[in-house]
Amino acid sequence: MQWGSASEFFAMGGYGLYVWTSFVVTALCMVWEVLALWRRRAAARAEHRAMLLGGTDETAA
Amino acid sequence: MSVNWSKYSAPMAFYPLAGRLIPWFACVAVVLMGVGLYMGFFVAPTDFQQGEAYRIIFVHVPAAWMSMFLYVVMAVWAGIGLGLNARLSFMMAQAIAPTGAMFTFLALLTGAMWGKPTWGAWWVWDARLTSELILLFQYAGVMLLRTSIDDLRRADRSSAVFALVGVVNVPIIYFSVQWWNTLHQGASVSMSTGSKMAATMLTAMLLMTLAFWLYSVAVILSRVRCIVIERESLPVWEGEPTVVQKVAEVR
Amino acid sequence: MSRSSMWEAVGGIVRRDLLLAMRRRSDAAMSVFFLVIVVSLFPLGVGPEPAVLRTIGPGVLWVAALLACLLSLARVFTADYVDGTLEQMVLVPQPLAVLVVGKVFAHWVISGLPIVLLSPLLGLQFGLSGESLGVLVMSLLLGTPTLSMIGTIGAALVLGVRGSGLLVALLVLPLYVPVLIFGAGAVTGSMAGIGAEANLSLLGACLVLSLFLAPWATAAALRIALE
Repeated sequence: MQWGSASEFFAMGGYGLYVWTSFVVTALCMVWEVLALWRRRAAARAEHRAMLLGGTDETAA
Repeated sequence: MSVNWSKYSAPMAFYPLAGRLIPWFACVAVVLMGVGLYMGFFVAPTDFQQGEAYRIIFVHVPAAWMSMFLYVVMAVWAGIGLGLNARLSFMMAQAIAPTGAMFTFLALLTGAMWGKPTWGAWWVWDARLTSELILLFQYAGVMLLRTSIDDLRRADRSSAVFALVGVVNVPIIYFSVQWWNTLHQGASVSMSTGSKMAATMLTAMLLMTLAFWLYSVAVILSRVRCIVIERESLPVWEGEPTVVQKVAEVR
Repeated sequence: MSRSSMWEAVGGIVRRDLLLAMRRRSDAAMSVFFLVIVVSLFPLGVGPEPAVLRTIGPGVLWVAALLACLLSLARVFTADYVDGTLEQMVLVPQPLAVLVVGKVFAHWVISGLPIVLLSPLLGLQFGLSGESLGVLVMSLLLGTPTLSMIGTIGAALVLGVRGSGLLVALLVLPLYVPVLIFGAGAVTGSMAGIGAEANLSLLGACLVLSLFLAPWATAAALRIALE
Protein backbone atom coordinates (compact mmCIF):
# COMPACT_ATOMS: atom_id res chain seq x y z
CA MET A 1 0.00 0.00 0.00
CA GLN A 2 1.60 3.20 -1.19
CA TRP A 3 -0.98 5.76 -0.05
CA GLY A 4 -0.38 7.61 3.22
CA SER A 5 -3.79 9.27 3.32
CA ALA A 6 -7.05 9.58 1.40
CA SER A 7 -6.07 12.96 -0.01
CA GLU A 8 -2.82 11.49 -1.27
CA PHE A 9 -4.84 8.75 -2.96
CA PHE A 10 -7.13 11.26 -4.69
CA ALA A 11 -4.22 13.48 -5.73
CA MET A 12 -2.59 10.53 -7.60
CA GLY A 13 0.82 12.12 -7.39
CA GLY A 14 -0.43 15.27 -9.12
CA TYR A 15 -2.12 13.37 -11.94
CA GLY A 16 -5.47 13.10 -10.17
CA LEU A 17 -7.39 15.05 -12.78
CA TYR A 18 -6.26 12.77 -15.61
CA VAL A 19 -6.59 9.50 -13.74
CA TRP A 20 -9.97 10.22 -12.15
CA THR A 21 -11.45 11.70 -15.32
CA SER A 22 -10.54 8.48 -17.14
CA PHE A 23 -12.01 6.19 -14.53
CA VAL A 24 -15.11 8.26 -13.82
CA VAL A 25 -16.02 8.75 -17.49
CA THR A 26 -15.53 5.03 -18.13
CA ALA A 27 -17.76 4.16 -15.17
CA LEU A 28 -20.39 6.69 -16.25
CA CYS A 29 -20.44 5.31 -19.78
CA MET A 30 -20.94 1.76 -18.51
CA VAL A 31 -23.67 2.75 -16.04
CA TRP A 32 -25.38 4.81 -18.72
CA GLU A 33 -25.26 1.89 -21.15
CA VAL A 34 -26.82 -0.48 -18.61
CA LEU A 35 -29.56 2.03 -17.72
CA ALA A 36 -30.28 2.76 -21.37
CA LEU A 37 -30.65 -0.97 -22.02
CA TRP A 38 -32.94 -1.28 -19.02
CA ARG A 39 -35.18 1.48 -20.37
CA ARG A 40 -35.09 0.09 -23.89
CA ARG A 41 -36.16 -3.32 -22.64
CA ALA A 42 -38.98 -1.89 -20.55
CA ALA A 43 -40.22 0.21 -23.46
CA ALA A 44 -40.02 -2.71 -25.89
CA ARG A 45 -41.92 -5.00 -23.54
CA ALA A 46 -44.59 -2.44 -22.78
CA GLU A 47 -45.13 -1.74 -26.45
CA HIS A 48 -45.21 -5.42 -27.23
CA ARG A 49 -47.68 -6.22 -24.52
CA ALA A 50 -49.95 -3.44 -25.76
CA MET A 51 -49.65 -4.75 -29.30
CA LEU A 52 -50.34 -8.36 -28.35
CA LEU A 53 -53.29 -7.73 -26.06
CA GLY A 54 -54.76 -4.76 -27.90
CA GLY A 55 -54.00 -5.98 -31.41
CA THR A 56 -55.66 -9.37 -31.00
CA ASP A 57 -58.88 -7.70 -29.91
CA GLU A 58 -58.99 -5.86 -33.20
CA THR A 59 -58.50 -9.03 -35.22
CA ALA A 60 -61.18 -10.78 -33.19
CA ALA A 61 -63.66 -8.01 -33.78
CA MET B 1 -54.45 -18.11 -36.47
CA SER B 2 -51.41 -20.09 -37.48
CA VAL B 3 -47.90 -19.11 -36.58
CA ASN B 4 -44.85 -20.44 -38.34
CA TRP B 5 -42.97 -21.47 -35.21
CA SER B 6 -39.91 -22.89 -36.95
CA LYS B 7 -39.21 -19.44 -38.34
CA TYR B 8 -38.67 -18.14 -34.82
CA SER B 9 -36.85 -21.17 -33.51
CA ALA B 10 -33.37 -19.71 -33.18
CA PRO B 11 -34.23 -16.42 -31.42
CA MET B 12 -36.89 -18.21 -29.38
CA ALA B 13 -34.37 -20.69 -28.03
CA PHE B 14 -31.79 -17.98 -27.57
CA TYR B 15 -33.96 -15.56 -25.62
CA PRO B 16 -34.39 -17.56 -22.38
CA LEU B 17 -30.86 -18.97 -22.58
CA ALA B 18 -29.40 -15.46 -22.76
CA GLY B 19 -31.67 -14.42 -19.91
CA ARG B 20 -30.20 -17.12 -17.70
CA LEU B 21 -26.59 -16.35 -18.68
CA ILE B 22 -26.65 -12.56 -18.30
CA PRO B 23 -26.69 -12.43 -14.45
CA TRP B 24 -23.68 -14.75 -14.29
CA PHE B 25 -21.62 -12.72 -16.72
CA ALA B 26 -22.65 -9.49 -15.01
CA CYS B 27 -21.80 -10.78 -11.52
CA VAL B 28 -18.40 -12.15 -12.51
CA ALA B 29 -17.68 -8.91 -14.38
CA VAL B 30 -18.46 -6.82 -11.30
CA VAL B 31 -16.33 -9.04 -9.04
CA LEU B 32 -13.40 -9.03 -11.46
CA MET B 33 -13.69 -5.28 -11.88
CA GLY B 34 -13.59 -4.86 -8.09
CA VAL B 35 -10.53 -7.08 -7.75
CA GLY B 36 -8.87 -5.44 -10.77
CA LEU B 37 -9.44 -1.93 -9.41
CA TYR B 38 -8.13 -2.95 -6.00
CA MET B 39 -5.02 -4.48 -7.58
CA GLY B 40 -4.59 -1.48 -9.83
CA PHE B 41 -4.89 1.18 -7.15
CA PHE B 42 -3.61 -0.49 -4.00
CA VAL B 43 -1.31 -3.38 -4.94
CA ALA B 44 0.39 -2.26 -8.15
CA PRO B 45 3.39 -0.04 -7.37
CA THR B 46 4.00 3.46 -8.67
CA ASP B 47 5.69 3.49 -12.06
CA PHE B 48 9.11 5.04 -11.67
CA GLN B 49 8.95 6.82 -15.03
CA GLN B 50 5.32 7.91 -15.35
CA GLY B 51 4.37 8.18 -11.71
CA GLU B 52 0.73 7.59 -10.89
CA ALA B 53 -0.48 8.67 -14.35
CA TYR B 54 0.22 5.19 -15.67
CA ARG B 55 -2.77 3.87 -13.70
CA ILE B 56 -4.94 5.05 -16.59
CA ILE B 57 -3.82 1.94 -18.48
CA PHE B 58 -6.12 -0.11 -16.25
CA VAL B 59 -9.05 1.32 -18.20
CA HIS B 60 -7.28 2.47 -21.35
CA VAL B 61 -5.72 -0.79 -22.50
CA PRO B 62 -8.80 -2.96 -21.79
CA ALA B 63 -11.04 -0.43 -23.57
CA ALA B 64 -8.72 -0.30 -26.59
CA TRP B 65 -8.45 -4.10 -26.77
CA MET B 66 -12.20 -4.53 -26.46
CA SER B 67 -12.87 -1.92 -29.14
CA MET B 68 -10.78 -3.87 -31.68
CA PHE B 69 -11.90 -7.29 -30.50
CA LEU B 70 -15.58 -6.38 -30.61
CA TYR B 71 -15.24 -5.02 -34.15
CA VAL B 72 -13.77 -8.33 -35.29
CA VAL B 73 -16.49 -10.27 -33.47
CA MET B 74 -19.13 -8.03 -35.03
CA ALA B 75 -17.68 -8.65 -38.48
CA VAL B 76 -17.59 -12.41 -37.83
CA TRP B 77 -21.28 -12.41 -36.88
CA ALA B 78 -22.01 -10.23 -39.90
CA GLY B 79 -20.17 -12.71 -42.11
CA ILE B 80 -22.00 -15.67 -40.60
CA GLY B 81 -25.26 -13.81 -41.11
CA LEU B 82 -24.50 -13.18 -44.78
CA GLY B 83 -23.23 -16.72 -45.35
CA LEU B 84 -25.91 -18.69 -43.54
CA ASN B 85 -28.70 -16.12 -43.73
CA ALA B 86 -29.21 -16.44 -39.99
CA ARG B 87 -31.20 -13.65 -38.41
CA LEU B 88 -29.77 -14.16 -34.94
CA SER B 89 -26.25 -13.47 -36.27
CA PHE B 90 -27.37 -10.14 -37.66
CA MET B 91 -28.97 -9.33 -34.33
CA MET B 92 -25.68 -10.13 -32.61
CA ALA B 93 -23.81 -7.86 -35.00
CA GLN B 94 -26.36 -5.13 -34.40
CA ALA B 95 -26.07 -5.53 -30.64
CA ILE B 96 -22.26 -5.41 -30.60
CA ALA B 97 -21.87 -2.11 -32.48
CA PRO B 98 -22.94 0.36 -29.74
CA THR B 99 -20.80 -1.29 -27.06
CA GLY B 100 -17.83 -1.45 -29.42
CA ALA B 101 -18.27 2.21 -30.31
CA MET B 102 -18.45 3.10 -26.62
CA PHE B 103 -15.18 1.32 -25.89
CA THR B 104 -13.56 2.99 -28.90
CA PHE B 105 -14.64 6.38 -27.58
CA LEU B 106 -13.35 5.49 -24.10
CA ALA B 107 -10.04 4.27 -25.51
CA LEU B 108 -9.59 7.59 -27.33
CA LEU B 109 -10.61 9.66 -24.30
CA THR B 110 -8.49 7.79 -21.78
CA GLY B 111 -5.65 7.77 -24.31
CA ALA B 112 -5.78 11.56 -24.41
CA MET B 113 -5.87 11.63 -20.60
CA TRP B 114 -2.78 9.47 -20.54
CA GLY B 115 -1.02 11.25 -23.37
CA LYS B 116 -1.25 14.74 -21.91
CA PRO B 117 0.85 14.08 -18.78
CA THR B 118 3.20 11.51 -20.37
CA TRP B 119 3.97 13.01 -23.81
CA GLY B 120 2.65 16.51 -23.19
CA ALA B 121 0.01 16.29 -25.94
CA TRP B 122 -3.62 15.26 -25.92
CA TRP B 123 -3.33 13.80 -29.37
CA VAL B 124 -0.53 12.65 -31.69
CA TRP B 125 -0.97 11.22 -35.18
CA ASP B 126 0.36 7.84 -34.19
CA ALA B 127 -0.67 4.61 -35.91
CA ARG B 128 -2.61 3.31 -32.93
CA LEU B 129 -4.49 6.54 -32.29
CA THR B 130 -5.33 7.06 -35.93
CA SER B 131 -6.58 3.53 -36.46
CA GLU B 132 -8.65 3.81 -33.28
CA LEU B 133 -10.19 7.04 -34.60
CA ILE B 134 -10.98 5.44 -37.94
CA LEU B 135 -12.43 2.48 -36.06
CA LEU B 136 -14.81 4.87 -34.31
CA PHE B 137 -15.85 6.27 -37.70
CA GLN B 138 -16.48 2.75 -38.95
CA TYR B 139 -18.60 1.84 -35.95
CA ALA B 140 -20.55 5.05 -36.60
CA GLY B 141 -20.85 4.10 -40.28
CA VAL B 142 -22.19 0.64 -39.47
CA MET B 143 -24.79 2.07 -37.08
CA LEU B 144 -25.77 5.01 -39.31
CA LEU B 145 -26.15 2.77 -42.35
CA ARG B 146 -28.42 0.50 -40.34
CA THR B 147 -30.62 3.30 -39.04
CA SER B 148 -30.91 4.92 -42.48
CA ILE B 149 -32.37 1.81 -44.10
CA ASP B 150 -36.00 1.14 -43.26
CA ASP B 151 -36.19 -2.39 -44.64
CA LEU B 152 -34.86 -4.57 -41.83
CA ARG B 153 -33.49 -7.31 -44.04
CA ARG B 154 -31.56 -4.87 -46.18
CA ALA B 155 -30.38 -2.93 -43.11
CA ASP B 156 -28.96 -6.16 -41.67
CA ARG B 157 -27.19 -7.21 -44.81
CA SER B 158 -25.91 -3.84 -45.96
CA SER B 159 -24.38 -2.98 -42.61
CA ALA B 160 -22.87 -6.49 -42.54
CA VAL B 161 -21.13 -5.85 -45.88
CA PHE B 162 -19.78 -2.54 -44.59
CA ALA B 163 -18.59 -4.14 -41.33
CA LEU B 164 -16.67 -6.75 -43.35
CA VAL B 165 -15.11 -4.12 -45.63
CA GLY B 166 -14.00 -2.24 -42.50
CA VAL B 167 -12.21 -5.28 -41.13
CA VAL B 168 -9.83 -5.14 -44.10
CA ASN B 169 -9.43 -1.38 -43.72
CA VAL B 170 -8.28 -1.07 -40.09
CA PRO B 171 -5.02 -3.07 -40.36
CA ILE B 172 -4.19 -1.30 -43.63
CA ILE B 173 -4.63 2.04 -41.87
CA TYR B 174 -2.51 0.90 -38.95
CA PHE B 175 0.39 -0.04 -41.17
CA SER B 176 0.01 2.92 -43.49
CA VAL B 177 0.16 5.40 -40.59
CA GLN B 178 3.13 3.56 -39.12
CA TRP B 179 4.87 3.82 -42.48
CA TRP B 180 3.86 7.48 -42.76
CA ASN B 181 5.32 8.20 -39.32
CA THR B 182 8.66 6.61 -40.12
CA LEU B 183 8.77 8.91 -43.12
CA HIS B 184 8.03 11.98 -41.01
CA GLN B 185 10.82 11.40 -38.53
CA GLY B 186 10.40 13.03 -35.17
CA ALA B 187 6.66 12.83 -35.16
CA SER B 188 6.79 9.29 -33.86
CA VAL B 189 6.30 8.80 -30.16
CA SER B 190 7.43 5.72 -28.35
CA MET B 191 4.27 4.31 -26.84
CA SER B 192 5.74 1.21 -25.27
CA THR B 193 4.96 0.90 -21.60
CA GLY B 194 8.22 -0.94 -21.12
CA SER B 195 8.71 -4.65 -21.10
CA LYS B 196 9.61 -4.60 -17.43
CA MET B 197 6.08 -3.97 -16.32
CA ALA B 198 5.59 -5.17 -12.75
CA ALA B 199 3.73 -8.45 -12.47
CA THR B 200 1.00 -6.88 -10.33
CA MET B 201 0.44 -4.17 -12.96
CA LEU B 202 0.03 -6.79 -15.64
CA THR B 203 -2.31 -8.86 -13.45
CA ALA B 204 -4.48 -5.83 -12.72
CA MET B 205 -4.62 -4.94 -16.41
CA LEU B 206 -5.57 -8.47 -17.43
CA LEU B 207 -8.22 -8.66 -14.71
CA MET B 208 -9.74 -5.41 -15.93
CA THR B 209 -9.65 -6.70 -19.52
CA LEU B 210 -11.44 -9.87 -18.49
CA ALA B 211 -13.97 -7.79 -16.55
CA PHE B 212 -14.61 -5.54 -19.57
CA TRP B 213 -14.98 -8.63 -21.74
CA LEU B 214 -17.59 -10.21 -19.48
CA TYR B 215 -19.33 -6.85 -19.10
CA SER B 216 -19.52 -6.65 -22.91
CA VAL B 217 -20.96 -10.16 -23.12
CA ALA B 218 -23.65 -9.34 -20.54
CA VAL B 219 -24.56 -6.02 -22.13
CA ILE B 220 -24.56 -7.40 -25.67
CA LEU B 221 -26.69 -10.39 -24.72
CA SER B 222 -29.26 -8.18 -23.06
CA ARG B 223 -29.25 -5.89 -26.09
CA VAL B 224 -29.90 -8.91 -28.33
CA ARG B 225 -32.85 -9.72 -26.07
CA CYS B 226 -34.20 -6.19 -26.57
CA ILE B 227 -33.78 -6.60 -30.32
CA VAL B 228 -35.57 -9.96 -30.21
CA ILE B 229 -38.53 -8.36 -28.43
CA GLU B 230 -38.55 -5.44 -30.85
CA ARG B 231 -38.33 -7.57 -33.97
CA GLU B 232 -40.07 -10.87 -33.34
CA SER B 233 -43.80 -11.10 -33.07
CA LEU B 234 -43.82 -13.39 -30.03
CA PRO B 235 -40.95 -13.45 -27.56
CA VAL B 236 -40.88 -15.54 -24.44
CA TRP B 237 -42.61 -13.75 -21.60
CA GLU B 238 -40.67 -15.07 -18.69
CA GLY B 239 -42.10 -14.05 -15.34
CA GLU B 240 -45.34 -12.90 -16.90
CA PRO B 241 -47.56 -15.96 -17.07
CA THR B 242 -50.71 -13.81 -17.10
CA VAL B 243 -49.75 -12.28 -20.42
CA VAL B 244 -48.90 -15.65 -21.94
CA GLN B 245 -52.17 -17.05 -20.69
CA LYS B 246 -54.18 -14.12 -21.98
CA VAL B 247 -52.57 -14.34 -25.39
CA ALA B 248 -53.27 -18.07 -25.48
CA GLU B 249 -56.89 -17.47 -24.53
CA VAL B 250 -57.40 -14.91 -27.25
CA ARG B 251 -55.90 -17.24 -29.78
CA MET C 1 -19.51 -18.89 -70.52
CA SER C 2 -16.89 -17.71 -72.95
CA ARG C 3 -14.33 -15.12 -72.01
CA SER C 4 -15.16 -12.99 -75.00
CA SER C 5 -18.80 -12.59 -74.05
CA MET C 6 -17.71 -11.38 -70.62
CA TRP C 7 -15.41 -8.74 -72.07
CA GLU C 8 -18.11 -7.76 -74.53
CA ALA C 9 -20.49 -7.19 -71.66
CA VAL C 10 -17.95 -5.12 -69.74
CA GLY C 11 -17.06 -3.16 -72.86
CA GLY C 12 -20.73 -2.56 -73.51
CA ILE C 13 -21.23 -1.15 -70.03
CA VAL C 14 -18.17 1.11 -70.34
CA ARG C 15 -19.29 2.37 -73.75
CA ARG C 16 -22.81 2.99 -72.56
CA ASP C 17 -21.75 4.87 -69.43
CA LEU C 18 -19.27 7.00 -71.37
CA LEU C 19 -21.90 7.79 -73.97
CA LEU C 20 -24.36 8.82 -71.27
CA ALA C 21 -21.67 10.96 -69.65
CA MET C 22 -20.90 12.62 -72.98
CA ARG C 23 -24.54 13.55 -73.30
CA ARG C 24 -24.52 15.10 -69.84
CA ARG C 25 -21.12 16.72 -69.87
CA SER C 26 -22.07 19.29 -67.24
CA ASP C 27 -22.27 16.53 -64.60
CA ALA C 28 -18.68 15.50 -65.09
CA ALA C 29 -17.54 19.11 -65.43
CA MET C 30 -19.11 19.94 -62.09
CA SER C 31 -16.87 17.73 -59.97
CA VAL C 32 -13.78 19.00 -61.80
CA PHE C 33 -14.95 22.57 -61.22
CA PHE C 34 -15.47 21.70 -57.55
CA LEU C 35 -11.91 20.42 -57.33
CA VAL C 36 -10.48 23.61 -58.82
CA ILE C 37 -12.49 25.83 -56.47
CA VAL C 38 -11.61 23.87 -53.34
CA VAL C 39 -7.92 23.84 -54.22
CA SER C 40 -7.97 27.57 -54.98
CA LEU C 41 -9.58 28.37 -51.65
CA PHE C 42 -6.68 27.03 -49.61
CA PRO C 43 -4.03 29.64 -50.53
CA LEU C 44 -6.62 32.32 -49.82
CA GLY C 45 -7.29 30.84 -46.41
CA VAL C 46 -3.76 29.88 -45.42
CA GLY C 47 -1.83 32.77 -46.92
CA PRO C 48 0.36 33.18 -49.96
CA GLU C 49 3.75 32.18 -48.46
CA PRO C 50 5.33 29.84 -51.05
CA ALA C 51 7.04 27.68 -48.43
CA VAL C 52 3.77 27.01 -46.57
CA LEU C 53 1.90 26.33 -49.81
CA ARG C 54 4.56 23.87 -50.98
CA THR C 55 4.26 22.01 -47.66
CA ILE C 56 0.49 21.74 -47.67
CA GLY C 57 0.12 21.44 -51.46
CA PRO C 58 0.24 17.64 -51.86
CA GLY C 59 -2.16 17.08 -48.98
CA VAL C 60 -4.60 19.74 -50.18
CA LEU C 61 -4.59 18.42 -53.74
CA TRP C 62 -5.16 14.87 -52.56
CA VAL C 63 -7.92 15.75 -50.12
CA ALA C 64 -9.63 17.81 -52.83
CA ALA C 65 -9.32 14.88 -55.26
CA LEU C 66 -10.89 12.62 -52.61
CA LEU C 67 -13.83 14.98 -52.16
CA ALA C 68 -14.32 15.48 -55.91
CA CYS C 69 -14.39 11.70 -56.36
CA LEU C 70 -16.90 11.45 -53.52
CA LEU C 71 -19.24 13.97 -55.15
CA SER C 72 -19.48 11.97 -58.34
CA LEU C 73 -20.22 8.66 -56.58
CA ALA C 74 -23.95 9.29 -56.41
CA ARG C 75 -24.07 9.14 -60.21
CA VAL C 76 -22.54 5.67 -60.54
CA PHE C 77 -25.66 3.61 -59.92
CA THR C 78 -28.56 6.00 -59.26
CA ALA C 79 -29.75 6.44 -62.86
CA ASP C 80 -29.46 2.70 -63.55
CA TYR C 81 -31.29 1.98 -60.31
CA VAL C 82 -34.16 4.30 -61.18
CA ASP C 83 -34.69 3.10 -64.75
CA GLY C 84 -34.31 -0.59 -63.94
CA THR C 85 -31.04 -1.20 -65.83
CA LEU C 86 -29.41 -2.38 -62.64
CA GLU C 87 -31.93 -5.17 -62.19
CA GLN C 88 -31.14 -6.36 -65.70
CA MET C 89 -27.43 -6.26 -64.86
CA VAL C 90 -28.00 -8.57 -61.91
CA LEU C 91 -29.91 -11.03 -64.11
CA VAL C 92 -27.46 -11.38 -67.00
CA PRO C 93 -25.32 -14.56 -67.07
CA GLN C 94 -22.05 -12.65 -66.71
CA PRO C 95 -20.87 -12.35 -63.08
CA LEU C 96 -22.04 -9.10 -61.51
CA ALA C 97 -18.61 -8.39 -59.99
CA VAL C 98 -17.08 -8.28 -63.49
CA LEU C 99 -19.78 -5.92 -64.74
CA VAL C 100 -19.09 -3.74 -61.70
CA VAL C 101 -15.49 -3.40 -62.86
CA GLY C 102 -16.87 -1.91 -66.08
CA LYS C 103 -18.98 0.57 -64.12
CA VAL C 104 -15.97 1.51 -61.98
CA PHE C 105 -13.75 1.97 -65.01
CA ALA C 106 -16.31 4.25 -66.64
CA HIS C 107 -16.63 6.24 -63.41
CA TRP C 108 -12.87 6.64 -63.27
CA VAL C 109 -12.67 7.83 -66.88
CA ILE C 110 -15.44 10.36 -66.24
CA SER C 111 -14.39 11.71 -62.86
CA GLY C 112 -10.89 10.39 -62.03
CA LEU C 113 -9.05 10.97 -65.27
CA PRO C 114 -9.95 14.69 -65.51
CA ILE C 115 -8.53 15.14 -62.01
CA VAL C 116 -5.30 13.43 -63.04
CA LEU C 117 -5.00 15.56 -66.17
CA LEU C 118 -5.76 18.78 -64.35
CA SER C 119 -3.53 18.14 -61.34
CA PRO C 120 -0.23 19.55 -62.76
CA LEU C 121 -1.97 22.86 -63.33
CA LEU C 122 -3.28 22.89 -59.75
CA GLY C 123 0.12 21.79 -58.48
CA LEU C 124 1.64 24.90 -60.07
CA GLN C 125 -0.65 27.04 -57.91
CA PHE C 126 1.11 25.54 -54.90
CA GLY C 127 4.60 25.99 -56.31
CA LEU C 128 5.36 22.31 -56.85
CA SER C 129 8.48 21.72 -58.93
CA GLY C 130 8.65 19.72 -62.15
CA GLU C 131 9.62 16.41 -60.59
CA SER C 132 7.01 16.67 -57.85
CA LEU C 133 4.38 17.46 -60.46
CA GLY C 134 5.27 14.24 -62.24
CA VAL C 135 5.00 12.28 -59.02
CA LEU C 136 1.67 13.99 -58.29
CA VAL C 137 0.27 12.89 -61.65
CA MET C 138 1.67 9.41 -61.15
CA SER C 139 0.22 9.08 -57.65
CA LEU C 140 -3.20 10.29 -58.78
CA LEU C 141 -3.07 7.95 -61.76
CA LEU C 142 -2.51 5.01 -59.40
CA GLY C 143 -4.73 6.30 -56.60
CA THR C 144 -7.89 7.58 -58.25
CA PRO C 145 -8.90 4.15 -59.65
CA THR C 146 -8.67 2.83 -56.09
CA LEU C 147 -10.89 5.70 -54.96
CA SER C 148 -13.45 4.75 -57.62
CA MET C 149 -13.21 1.07 -56.61
CA ILE C 150 -13.78 1.75 -52.91
CA GLY C 151 -16.31 4.48 -53.58
CA THR C 152 -18.61 2.25 -55.60
CA ILE C 153 -18.95 -0.08 -52.59
CA GLY C 154 -20.36 2.86 -50.65
CA ALA C 155 -22.49 3.98 -53.59
CA ALA C 156 -24.01 0.50 -53.84
CA LEU C 157 -24.62 0.28 -50.10
CA VAL C 158 -26.59 3.55 -49.91
CA LEU C 159 -28.54 3.01 -53.14
CA GLY C 160 -32.05 4.40 -52.69
CA VAL C 161 -31.46 5.12 -49.00
CA ARG C 162 -32.64 8.41 -47.54
CA GLY C 163 -29.87 10.92 -46.87
CA SER C 164 -27.57 8.87 -49.07
CA GLY C 165 -25.40 11.81 -50.15
CA LEU C 166 -24.04 12.46 -46.68
CA LEU C 167 -24.09 8.82 -45.64
CA VAL C 168 -21.87 7.73 -48.52
CA ALA C 169 -19.29 10.31 -47.42
CA LEU C 170 -19.32 8.98 -43.85
CA LEU C 171 -18.93 5.40 -45.08
CA VAL C 172 -16.33 5.95 -47.76
CA LEU C 173 -14.00 8.61 -46.33
CA PRO C 174 -12.56 6.35 -43.58
CA LEU C 175 -11.81 3.79 -46.28
CA TYR C 176 -9.97 6.43 -48.32
CA VAL C 177 -7.40 7.11 -45.59
CA PRO C 178 -4.64 4.71 -46.76
CA VAL C 179 -4.83 6.03 -50.34
CA LEU C 180 -4.61 9.59 -49.04
CA ILE C 181 -1.57 8.76 -46.90
CA PHE C 182 0.34 7.02 -49.68
CA GLY C 183 -0.71 9.47 -52.38
CA ALA C 184 0.20 12.63 -50.52
CA GLY C 185 3.21 10.81 -49.05
CA ALA C 186 4.59 10.07 -52.51
CA VAL C 187 4.57 13.76 -53.43
CA THR C 188 6.00 14.98 -50.11
CA GLY C 189 8.56 12.20 -50.31
CA SER C 190 9.76 13.34 -53.71
CA MET C 191 9.90 16.94 -52.46
CA ALA C 192 11.92 15.93 -49.41
CA GLY C 193 14.33 13.96 -51.59
CA ILE C 194 13.42 10.61 -50.03
CA GLY C 195 11.96 9.40 -53.31
CA ALA C 196 8.41 8.42 -54.15
CA GLU C 197 8.94 4.82 -55.26
CA ALA C 198 7.92 3.15 -51.98
CA ASN C 199 4.71 5.16 -51.65
CA LEU C 200 3.87 4.65 -55.31
CA SER C 201 4.32 0.90 -55.04
CA LEU C 202 2.11 0.87 -51.95
CA LEU C 203 -0.50 2.80 -53.94
CA GLY C 204 -0.20 0.15 -56.61
CA ALA C 205 -0.67 -2.54 -53.98
CA CYS C 206 -3.82 -0.76 -52.78
CA LEU C 207 -5.08 -0.69 -56.35
CA VAL C 208 -4.48 -4.40 -56.85
CA LEU C 209 -6.07 -5.26 -53.50
CA SER C 210 -9.13 -3.11 -54.20
CA LEU C 211 -9.37 -4.57 -57.70
CA PHE C 212 -9.66 -8.03 -56.20
CA LEU C 213 -11.90 -7.27 -53.24
CA ALA C 214 -14.02 -4.21 -54.01
CA PRO C 215 -16.02 -5.60 -57.00
CA TRP C 216 -17.21 -8.53 -54.89
CA ALA C 217 -18.30 -6.26 -52.06
CA THR C 218 -20.02 -3.92 -54.54
CA ALA C 219 -21.78 -6.83 -56.24
CA ALA C 220 -22.96 -8.15 -52.86
CA ALA C 221 -24.19 -4.70 -51.86
CA LEU C 222 -26.04 -4.29 -55.19
CA ARG C 223 -27.76 -7.65 -54.80
CA ILE C 224 -28.84 -6.70 -51.29
CA ALA C 225 -30.13 -3.33 -52.49
CA LEU C 226 -32.15 -4.89 -55.31
CA GLU C 227 -33.74 -7.73 -53.36
